Amino acid sequence: MSQTNFEPKIVGFLCNWCSYRAADLAGIARITHAPNVRIVRVMCSGRVDPTFVLKALSLGADGVMIAGCHPGECHYVDQNYKAMRRYHLLKHTLHAMGVEPDRVRLVWASAAEGQQLAEAIDGLVADVKKLGPLGWSQNWEENGERLHALEEIINEHAEAMEVHA
Amino acid sequence: MSSASGAATAAGTKPKLAIYWAASCGGCEISILGIDTKILDVAAAFELVMCPCIMDGKVRDIEQLEDGAIAVCLFNGSIRNSEQEYMAQLLRRKSKVLVAFGSCAHEGCIPGLANLHDKQAIFENSYQETESTENPQRVRPQTATTVPEGTLHLPVFYDTVRTLDQTVDVDYYLPGCPPESPKIWEAIQAIVAGNLPPKGTVIGSDTTVCDDCKRIRNVKKVKQFKRTWEIIPDPEICLLEQGLLCCGIATRAGCGALCPQVNSPCIGCYGPNNDVHDFGARLMSAVASVIDADNPKDINAIISQGIPDPVGTFYRFGLAGSLLRRSKRPAGSDGGH
Amino acid sequence: MAEKVGVYVCHCGSNIAGKVNVEEVAKWAGENLQDVAVSRDYKFMCSSLGQKMIEDDIRGEGLTRVVVAACSPHLHEKTFRRACTNAGLNPYLLDMTNIREHCSWVHRDMDSATLKAKSLVSAAVSRVKFQEPLEPTYVDVNPATLVIGGGIAGLQATLELADAGYHVYLVERSPSIGGHMAQFDKTFPTLDCSACILTPKMSEAGQHENVTLLTYSEIESVKGSVGNFEVKVRKKARRVDYDACTGCGICIEKCPRKVVDTEFEAGLGFRKAIYTPFPQAVPRVPVIDADSCIWFQRQKCRACEKLCPTDAIKFDQEDETLTLNVGNIILATGWKPFECRDIPQYGYGRLANVYTSLEFERLCNAAGPTNGKIVLRDGKTEPQSVAIIHCVGSRDVRHNEYCSGICCMASLKFGHLVLEKTKANVYSFYIDMRTNQKGYEEFYQRLLEEGMHFVRGKVSEITDAARMPNEQGKLIIQCEDTLMGRQRRIPVDMVVLMGALEPQSDAKEMGLKCGISCSMQGFFTERHPKLDPVATMTDGIFVAGACQGPKDIPASVAQGAAAAARVQGMITKGKVMVEPVVAKINEEACSGCRICNNICPYNAIEYDAERGVSHIITALCKGCGTCVSACPASVISGAHFSDQQIDAEIEGVLWDVIRPKSAVVSAN
Repeated sequence: MSQTNFEPKIVGFLCNWCSYRAADLAGIARITHAPNVRIVRVMCSGRVDPTFVLKALSLGADGVMIAGCHPGECHYVDQNYKAMRRYHLLKHTLHAMGVEPDRVRLVWASAAEGQQLAEAIDGLVADVKKLGPLGWSQNWEENGERLHALEEIINEHAEAMEVHA
Repeated sequence: MSSASGAATAAGTKPKLAIYWAASCGGCEISILGIDTKILDVAAAFELVMCPCIMDGKVRDIEQLEDGAIAVCLFNGSIRNSEQEYMAQLLRRKSKVLVAFGSCAHEGCIPGLANLHDKQAIFENSYQETESTENPQRVRPQTATTVPEGTLHLPVFYDTVRTLDQTVDVDYYLPGCPPESPKIWEAIQAIVAGNLPPKGTVIGSDTTVCDDCKRIRNVKKVKQFKRTWEIIPDPEICLLEQGLLCCGIATRAGCGALCPQVNSPCIGCYGPNNDVHDFGARLMSAVASVIDADNPKDINAIISQGIPDPVGTFYRFGLAGSLLRRSKRPAGSDGGH
Repeated sequence: MAEKVGVYVCHCGSNIAGKVNVEEVAKWAGENLQDVAVSRDYKFMCSSLGQKMIEDDIRGEGLTRVVVAACSPHLHEKTFRRACTNAGLNPYLLDMTNIREHCSWVHRDMDSATLKAKSLVSAAVSRVKFQEPLEPTYVDVNPATLVIGGGIAGLQATLELADAGYHVYLVERSPSIGGHMAQFDKTFPTLDCSACILTPKMSEAGQHENVTLLTYSEIESVKGSVGNFEVKVRKKARRVDYDACTGCGICIEKCPRKVVDTEFEAGLGFRKAIYTPFPQAVPRVPVIDADSCIWFQRQKCRACEKLCPTDAIKFDQEDETLTLNVGNIILATGWKPFECRDIPQYGYGRLANVYTSLEFERLCNAAGPTNGKIVLRDGKTEPQSVAIIHCVGSRDVRHNEYCSGICCMASLKFGHLVLEKTKANVYSFYIDMRTNQKGYEEFYQRLLEEGMHFVRGKVSEITDAARMPNEQGKLIIQCEDTLMGRQRRIPVDMVVLMGALEPQSDAKEMGLKCGISCSMQGFFTERHPKLDPVATMTDGIFVAGACQGPKDIPASVAQGAAAAARVQGMITKGKVMVEPVVAKINEEACSGCRICNNICPYNAIEYDAERGVSHIITALCKGCGTCVSACPASVISGAHFSDQQIDAEIEGVLWDVIRPKSAVVSAN
């Protein structure tokens, strides 16, 4: 795939109170940013299950953004710290699976930080563009060798049957 | 699927049973034999048409059966080459009920960890890099070899290890590495009695190992993860609270908490509970939630010191069946960091 | 599942339609997305005609789910939920997706904005099918209110509510209400006597039939939620019978033990072992400080007991825990002064005549240790020059980056008092003069005219190491005068450090008890910095005064009154709606691993040891969903944000990259 035309598909999990509102504010203030991040609203960054991130990547997303309130400013007191811990453990595992660390990012944005969120989105998109497609779902598929091999077995067995029958 | 329709057992003959192994270790068969004298009941109830581990049998004979002629196939092992895939498809076609038997067929198990690499890297390691290997000609297995009598074929080795249900349609799952003998007996009884749950069911309980574990559990906060050789755990208290990464919290009950009983943390061989999409992700989420640190530096220190092999910890049994696809690591890198 | 989904794509005039091809999105959704029965675009979905369109389709087409692609749900989710309700559809069967703020307003290119809009609509359609009807619950609001902190903000809130006819519990940790304001002599800019305006309020609160005063008391725990909080308060042992004491003061007079008063007198004066912080204290009932009382230390004395005319002294009194049931809580826990010793180059604690601002307040106060005479530590020498240093610990990256707000004005007030009471020269060392409230700038002008010297620059050092003859025996202020553009050394007799206002050291702990968060600095976080400055993210918990951020007296009073008004609103309404977006544990399947137990900041998850399962107290759950994603066995479900719904949304949002089913085999 040509890297210059590569438009990454990124899923963004934004918390209802700070980061989703930061994205709203970016809109109200017309702060243009890259259209590649598709937003899924959750009540809190603490709701983001690593499963969601892996699901998005395995389905074909090239990157994931998790955004929450700043540490100490969580709408739910301190749940974003749980998001932080999960994020670091998930990154540790993804690293071991050869997924580049720049593809998954945790971002803090208060409801007043439309500009910062827009910059974070642009930053992530630029970084993922540099990395190119993740191609995790294609990587799961086998090439034509597999189908060919299966056919071979069937043919071989059929021939063997003829001889012995 | 074409299998179910062709089901026909002639009156008076015993229903046919097949037990097959693909990429597996043979432990599942041992566990079947572990039902002890009840194996005689199995022999009385079924005609065993195939079980390469304990008796001779020809693929040809299976091929000649009518579709759906086998009442039950217990299929263990994951799928990593063309022969295994062929056998999975064949047995699927010939069997009324196909059971993914044991962790390998269910979620990939240890063979599934090969997805940390690709074929090239595995061959390079196995046929070149190991200390005991002497292979200056860089010989590699070939799928076709011509000899005077004709061409001999070896199965094609895949890049990716798959579970049984990623290969063919599966009716039931019997988890465990291996499934515990009493659970096997329960399942066989259910099959004999025709008392089967809805298709797709994982036959087992819907609680986790904690339910069977007798240890005292408190509110959890983990400051440091410890490896098993680092401490002698208190036999009364939850192992996770002592810093041992016990997978029991996320692992389906069924074994009777065998490992925690002997002061060893659960490693998760029974796989995830109902409704869990990805065992490793769940376990990571739970474990990370109780890490007792609030800044990235401390969190990362706790993680990297205590969990040096995250895939082997969280996905030891479930990598192939998980949402993680095959590793993107370039060939030759060892993934250490 | 055969749901009938209606999709409504809003043009928002040209706000959306200008950058997103809305007709195409609507057409595409109708043709390509599964279970979409109706898909329309319309100029203004939020208009009454737009809403009617949805209502008619729900009735006419029998829609079972509705997706509105328009602006932010924070703006119009309620509008469209109401439309659904009107047409007999449960409002939680609606999903709103944001193609304006998150899409048309922020993307330049029509094609990519349209593609993103399609993805968002696809996600909503795929998610909405898994949404479930939910019913909000309503709970009665207990009309009693708890005010925590008896400073001026808390007092104001208390009196507003009590005067309106509602019962208030006012909890204060020190022996008297009044707060920091009771320590002050004058208040800026009008120079009213602080005590003259404060003490009437204190006694009013003390005598009000609707106020239960709980001084010398601490909050132990807060349980429950808006409308019905259960608060445990520990009344520390006063060792004086509250009901029997008449406040005659004989015990204080006769107590032979004198100790330095580090609290009210800021270490400049003395108090007895049995004491009230100050003569006008409310209540007048003294407390015995066991750490200094001779009886507690050496089992001798008991003079107070012998002399008390009403037998009110109770040496064996113990702490008592009260349980209060209230509907709302106002936090007015105030501030603490910056520890000036943390800036060693300013010499506080080492150089005798360096004072903190609170010490100086006491020095100026006619009822203070020097009867209002401004003198040096020797107790008699009047200073000939006084330096006032601004921003000590404020606007300083090493300590607090924020501006403490009040210090400029307090400095001017001090300057005025020094000029009024002594013949001394007064120097103010400031970074910027901030005098931006009513009457403040005029006060600054007045001080300029009164002859206070202003030096613009941050003081680098205060030293007693003289270099010049005129510096002998003086404190030398070393500073860059940024207006003159050179270094200066100014010898003075006395220095006042205007320390920062800091959050109480246990503010975070208090926040945790009440389930509200603190900013990085430790000030309580309001719900919205502009539009909702007294409410917090936790319903039923309000903030007032300096605990929310540095504030002067007028602002604290205003916020106290505003908080009271908000509480009155809640009481008058009588009922509060509790969102049905909560988590639930399938207790049958719970194995009691207890991972979730310490995850909830609202203590909504309890462990039933008997049954070996965890349980969620629905009334306490705020629906963040953190426990849902923490449960390793997946037996906690989160209403309206279930795994299934979010999974479907992820699949929907990636509609254009998901490969055919045969190629992507997901885990079982």
